[in-house]
Order: sequence, then C-alpha cells, then structure tokens
Amino acid sequence: MSSQYYVPPTSKWPIIAVAVLGLTAVGAGSLMSYGSGLPFLLAGVVGIALVMYGWFRDVVNESMGGLYDAQMDRSFRQGMGWFIFSEVMFFAAFFGALFYIRVFALPWLDGQGAKGITALLWPDFTASWPLMNTPDPSIGGPNAVINPWTLPLINTLLLVSSSVTLTIAHHALKEDNRPKLTRWLIVTLVLGFVFLVIQGIEYVEAWTQLGLTLQAGIYGSTFFLLTGFHGVHVTIGAIVLLVMLLRVRRGHFSANQHFAFEAGAWYWHFVDVVWIGLFLFVYVF
Amino acid sequence: MASESTHAVLQPNVGTAEHGHHPAQMPTGIMRWVLTTNHKEIGSLYLLFSLLMLFVGGSMALVIRAELFQPGLQYVQPEFFNQMTTMHGLIMVFGAIMPAFVGLANWMIPMQIGAPDMALPRLNNFSFWLLPVAFGILLSTLLMEGGGPNFGWTFYAPLSTTYAPPSTSFFIMSIHLAGISSILGAINIIATILNLRTPGMRLMDMSLFVWTWLITAFLLIAVMPVLAGVVTMMLLDINFGTSFFDAAGGGDPVLFQHLFWFFGHPEVYIMILPAFGIVSLIVPTFARKRLFGYASMVYATASIALLSFVVWAHHMFTVGLPLTAELFFMYSTMLIAVPTGVKVFNWIATLFRGSISFEVPMLFALGFIVMFTIGGLSGVMLAIVPADFQYHDTYFVVAHFHYVLVPGALFAILAGAYYWMPKWTGHYADETLGRWHFWLSVIGVNLTFFPMHFSGLAGMPRRIPDYALQFADFNMISSIGGFLFGFSQLIFVWVLVKAIRGGEKAPAKAWEGAEGLEWTVPCPAPIHTFETPPKFVPEVDSPSRH
Ligand SMILES: [Cu+2]
Repeated sequence: MSSQYYVPPTSKWPIIAVAVLGLTAVGAGSLMSYGSGLPFLLAGVVGIALVMYGWFRDVVNESMGGLYDAQMDRSFRQGMGWFIFSEVMFFAAFFGALFYIRVFALPWLDGQGAKGITALLWPDFTASWPLMNTPDPSIGGPNAVINPWTLPLINTLLLVSSSVTLTIAHHALKEDNRPKLTRWLIVTLVLGFVFLVIQGIEYVEAWTQLGLTLQAGIYGSTFFLLTGFHGVHVTIGAIVLLVMLLRVRRGHFSANQHFAFEAGAWYWHFVDVVWIGLFLFVYVF
Repeated sequence: MASESTHAVLQPNVGTAEHGHHPAQMPTGIMRWVLTTNHKEIGSLYLLFSLLMLFVGGSMALVIRAELFQPGLQYVQPEFFNQMTTMHGLIMVFGAIMPAFVGLANWMIPMQIGAPDMALPRLNNFSFWLLPVAFGILLSTLLMEGGGPNFGWTFYAPLSTTYAPPSTSFFIMSIHLAGISSILGAINIIATILNLRTPGMRLMDMSLFVWTWLITAFLLIAVMPVLAGVVTMMLLDINFGTSFFDAAGGGDPVLFQHLFWFFGHPEVYIMILPAFGIVSLIVPTFARKRLFGYASMVYATASIALLSFVVWAHHMFTVGLPLTAELFFMYSTMLIAVPTGVKVFNWIATLFRGSISFEVPMLFALGFIVMFTIGGLSGVMLAIVPADFQYHDTYFVVAHFHYVLVPGALFAILAGAYYWMPKWTGHYADETLGRWHFWLSVIGVNLTFFPMHFSGLAGMPRRIPDYALQFADFNMISSIGGFLFGFSQLIFVWVLVKAIRGGEKAPAKAWEGAEGLEWTVPCPAPIHTFETPPKFVPEVDSPSRH
C-alpha cells in the first residue's frame, strides 16, 4: 500500500496537563470546602495557561512542518465539531433549568397547575418573571433587572456583527488577502473585547445598584449562570482569535489550509448563537 | 519492520529498542506508561485501572454486606455506611464499568477497523491519566473532616447541597475531571471510527462492538456535559448562595433530579450498549454462525440510544410529577423493551441450530443473555407507574439495576476479557480456572441479588444500615452470596497473571469461528498494527454480508 498512516509521536504535554488540572481541582476543592488552597488554585490556573501554550505550540510547529496529512486534518475537524456539540449540551442543561423553573416550578409554587399544592409551603407567594420576590422573603429578590433594550441590545449587535466580520476575515484568508484578513480579524477582536467590557459594566451595575446578585433568588442564579458561562466562553474564543491573529502576522496558514482558524471561527459562531438564546430568554422574554 | 515484532503489550519489560518505526522516541520504565500514546498500552492502562477500581468498589460493597448480614448495627456507624453506599456506586459506575469499556474500545476498535491507532493519541493519554487523579481526589474525601460523600451515588439535592459534608466540593471536582476524561475519550472514539476505517469498510461493515461504541460515544458527548452542568449548579448552591435547588429562593430540588436523570438514564445505556456489542461478537464465534439480524442490531442500538433521551423521569415517579408526565414516561420507558427484545431475539436466533461450544467467553456471554434479561424484565415492572410506587427506593430497585450491571455489564466485560486475552497476551486464559470463575460468579451473583427482589417487594428500603427482623434471612443469603462473588473475582486476577506470564500459545485466529480484522494480526498483537491500511473486501469480510 502506498498510503501510510501518520501517528504522532509521544508528548509530555498531556501528563503535565493532567497534573495542572489536578492541582486546580484540589486547590478549588479545598478552597471551597475548607477555606484554604488558593496558592494551589492559582498555580494550577497559571499551569493550565502554560500547558495550553506549550501543547498548542508543539501542534502548530508539527502542522507547519507539514507532518499532518488529510486524515489528521479530518480527525481534528471531527474532534472540534464534537467538542462544540458537548458545549451545546452544557448550555442546554442551563437553558433547560431556566425553562423548567419558569414553566413549571414557579407556577406550582404559586398554586397553579398540576402540582399547585406546592403553594402550601409559602401561601403568600406570587409567581412572576423576572422573579422579584422569592417564596421565602428572607432570601430576597433583586430590586430591578437589566433593561434588555440598553446595554444587552448593544451587546447583541456587537456580537452578531463580530460573527459577520469574522466571516469576512475568513473569506479574505481564502482569497489570500492578508491585509484584509488582519484588518477584519482585528475588528472582530475589538468587537469581542468591547462586548466583554460592556458585560463587565452591566455586572457591576447589577450587583451594586440593582441588587441583582447570585444570592438574589432564582432570577439572579439563572441570570449569572447563563451570562457568566457565556462570558467565559467569549473570553476563551477571543483568546483563540488573538492567537490566530498572531499566527496570521507570522505568516501561518494558507488559502486552503487553515483549520485552526476555522476551528476558532466555529467556536466564535457557537458563542454568538448561545448569546442570541440568552438575549431572548434571559433578557427579553 | 515493527509489525514483525511479537512484543506483548502487557509485558512492559520486553525491550522495544528494535522498533524501527519510532526510533529513540519510546521512553523506558514507568515513563513509557506515563507518556504512552499507543492505543494498546492506553487500553491496558484503562483495563488495569478499572480492575483496581472493581476491587476498591467491591470492598465497599462487602462492608455494606457485612453490616447487613444481620439486623442491628455491628461493624460500622450509619454515617460511614452512607459513605460506603455512595462511594461504592460512584466508583463502580465511573471508575470500574465505564473505564473498562473505554479500555476495550481502545484496544479493539483500531484493530477491528484496520486503524494504526486512535485518531487523537495524545488526547487519549490525557483522557486516561485524568482518571487516577479524579478517583484519587474522590477517595481522599473519605479521610477528610466530615467524611466523604454520603448522599447516595445519585447525590440528590438538598442532601448533596444544604445537608452535604464539607468535602462535597472535592467530590464535584472529581466528577468534573472524570467527565472531561469521558467526553474527550468519546470524541476520540467517534473520530477514530468515522475517520480511520480501512478503505472499503462501510459503516454497515463494522463489527457490532464498533457500532455500539459509536453510539455510546455519541451518548457520552450528549449527556456528560449535562452532568457537568448539574454539579456546577450544586457547587454554586453550596458555595455562592444561589437557589437552583432551593424552593425558598424560587428554585426546585426536583430540578436537580430532572437534570441528573437526563444524564443518568443515557448513562445506564452507556454502560450496557458496548456490552451488547461484545456479546454480539462472542455468540456468533462460538455458535459458528453469522450473527442473526446484523442490520436490525444496529437499528435497535440506535433506537435504544434515541429513546434514552425521553425516559428519564421513570426514576422520579414518586417525586410528585403531573399525571401526564407519569403516563408519558411510563409508555416511553416500556417502548425500550422493544429494541432490547429484538437484540435478545437475535442472539437466541444466532444460537439456534449453531454448533455451539462452551468456552469461557461463551459461558459469560450466555450468562449475560439470561441474567441481563432478568434485569430487563424487572425494569419493565419498574416502568409501571402504580407498581413503581410500591417498588420505589426498595431493594427491588437494587436487585434490578445490579442484574443489568453485574451479570449484565460486568459479565460482558469479563466475556470480552476472556475472548481477547489471547490477542492481548498471546496465551489462552486458563480454561479450568475460567470455568471456576464463571460458575462461582453465577452462583454468587444470584445468591446476592435474587433474594433482594423478595426483600424489596416485602418493603425493605435501600441505603439503610439496619432493617426489620423479617428481612433477616434474605439479607443473610445476600451477604453470603456477596462475599462468594467478591472473592471469586480474585480468580480472574489469577487467570490474567497466568496468561500474561505464559500458558497455551494462541494463533492469530485464536477462536475457530472468530471473524474480524483483529484476528488477522498475530497473538499477541504487535505494539503497532496496521501501519498501512489492511485489505477489506465487504463481500468477504463484512459481518453484514449476505
Ligand atoms: Cu432509567
């Protein structure tokens, strides 16, 4: 047979990754359970960053060295595709929780529907969404919630346009138009960065002025769970795109071979789609 | 050439320097295992890890059975008893059964599809080594202030949030690590199957073990993130004052159960579909017939997987669901009996008029068919809502899921281990010891779990260290059976060590009736197989050929 399979050589990065992830887990666990362990947690997080740098650098070098064949490329594509599917399911769990609370749990606590007998727990409770008054008043809901038509709307426009600008950048890469690629990639990154800044402003406002905190009953819980994990994903996506920008400036990628760029783009679009769901079901409706 | 080597992967002391393929890249000693990206070595690591966890989780089961040997409290305090039931379940599910199937997948899938290795070998190494860390953390909670997890392996809120021991954050971290390991492992398996098949092998030419694993990997990627999500919400409730599972803040403890079982029900199929695959290879081999209904097996597996997403609330019939939900989940659950019945029918039809011989792998496979079906039938009983009101949280449930997991999943893993041991070690497993292992296991498992049906129907609740006097006889039988079963598994260790060290040498095709690409390479399989894609002619080699 003419075609030989390519099998990558061993690498020290996976086991180092396990070590730093374990360190992070132990640090986070002991910090939360017993109030100590912050140094472990910080060391673990720094370690994760270093490992990602080292591991991806090796992979990039191997890729630039022309070691990967078409089959390896397909494996990477499928791996990334299924990874994004797993992320979709992660968010699906949170959206499912939000819908369950809004459609079933709160009306039942209010005495409506098939399990309305639950209202015996707190007879004075009235369900509403956003939930301003919690069943047990000692927990307390938010004083106000974020108006969707101010900062969240701006953020929606920012993130949707960033998907468009990224697609323009991708087309520029396919045409091998490097200046255009760099330009639009930078625009995308700026849009993402401004999104995160606005999200930060919104969080500060929510926390300090509106009484909308993690402790503000189920509305605050779901609000920060969904927007928070989304924000983390935007940050990761932005870091990936920043790395892509640096690689573009170093002359990496070719018009028809640039899977890392595409993977970053897929991820960015995924994060964008999640935001649309958030905007609709966390902010607007 | 490397493929000429007869180096056994389970023997790390055999030198590998003569390999021309990866010169000077193979580390030696312990580092070889730490850094390995070879699917056979990683498969062996997974299998040995799961064997270790089987004995750790098994010892905890024996603590439980010792305490329940007689009514009253004899050996342990109720607090520790709760930690034992919880840890036993977690370790057996996430540490023994799942990694064992991943180990078998690592070893056999590349060899069955003619691939040189897994699609993403370094990710494979990462996935494995996360597991010892995850379970190290989990086991260490037993020594922490306040003890380890004590809320049952299903860790229902608020037991696992408001009333949980302080070590619960460690438990959550270990679940996260094991979850990352599972998701990445599953991604690797899917990419391998879809992308690395030898030219000419279509999807419907794959062995059923590969098929069932393809579908299992899909289930893993779909539901492990939901588990990650639900433990994250627990973490926030415990440490950051959120109200997800607290009705006082507008949340709902039942929400926890919905999310958990949305993961949990597919999870039980994650633990049984690969078992179906193994049995679907072994039965044709020793019946010397082709598998009856290959295509219907594939479709049945896919149907079971799809149905598994819409049945989860059958675990929650007594929690207070609307009537519509009770009816929907009752009917959807019963529907699963149809594709499962197709499978059992096909295995029996394969046996029909076959020239059957009863080597040890076949014994375990036949034991699987009979006893898994017992567990399946009690599952149909549990699916009936009014009946479940009586059975819920009794030993009847314990009997049910142990029948599908022990003589079900575990027997299939053991069947696979006996079946492929010649391929792994180059030697057949000791037939006499294997028979002792099988028969003692069959007797032990039925002594342990069959009486639980009766104590459960009579009303004995699960997860309680003490019980009313009328349950004493059944519990004594269960405990005797439990110790018999547990110690019988040591025979397997003996068999494995013997086969690694020597024994009757096996030819490439170790079993007369065996089919598939893994039987075209020597026993033991050289460390690198199929560096060039092997020839595969569907008309001759496909299990679905007509
Ligand atoms: Cu179920």
